Amino acid sequence: MIRIKIIYFAQAREAAGTKGEEFKLDGQSSVRTALSKAFEAHPKLRPLEKAIKVAVNEEITQEDAPLKEGDRVALLPPVVGG
Amino acid sequence: MDDDAGGTVLFVGTIRNQTNGKEVKGLEYEVYRRMAERQIAKLEEEIRMRWPIKSIRLVHREGKLKVGEVSVVVAVSAAHRGEAFDAARYAIDRIKESFPIWKREKFRGGRYAWAKGTPIQSRSASAPTTSEPQTSPRGIVRRRTRSLVEA
Repeated sequence: MIRIKIIYFAQAREAAGTKGEEFKLDGQSSVRTALSKAFEAHPKLRPLEKAIKVAVNEEITQEDAPLKEGDRVALLPPVVGG
Repeated sequence: MDDDAGGTVLFVGTIRNQTNGKEVKGLEYEVYRRMAERQIAKLEEEIRMRWPIKSIRLVHREGKLKVGEVSVVVAVSAAHRGEAFDAARYAIDRIKESFPIWKREKFRGGRYAWAKGTPIQSRSASAPTTSEPQTSPRGIVRRRTRSLVEA
């Protein structure tokens, strides 16, 4: 088992009702596994699913990337800086 | 300012009073600070490698801002104006498309709504961060606490 942290921003933070939380996943988990856990725990996130990008430890990452103990998985809705 | 700089381009973004014809009273930026600070340093470094500029400084605000207040600053100096304009234009475009920043616009009656964004663009290459000493505002700046974070 590994422990990872999922953090939510903007609309995702509102939909999840939290800024972040820990999940336990089995050792072979990928970003996709973490996302399914998050969507399972917070069904209100589902409408955002297609629009969300994921960063692992502050780097944009593909969904098939493996996760390791202590990773920070950030759910990033479409951005609008400037 | 370096004596060998012949031109400085300063871009200052400010909060507009309307969006799509609707009156805006102010807005609130949410920032994934840890990631944005790293990206600021990497973007500055990337730009230094792509253009022969003398200096560059990028600042983005966080938190609640009123109409007319400054939200973002890009400052680039170079020997000649061409590279200063090009680098500054590139910097503000990258900030808008690739930084983990979101904004909620405040409308009349105090109602807030998230501004429509675009999917964050990942970076093509990562560059090492610069360790040059910094003395003026740089990075993500939060309004009320006035805390200043070196990217």
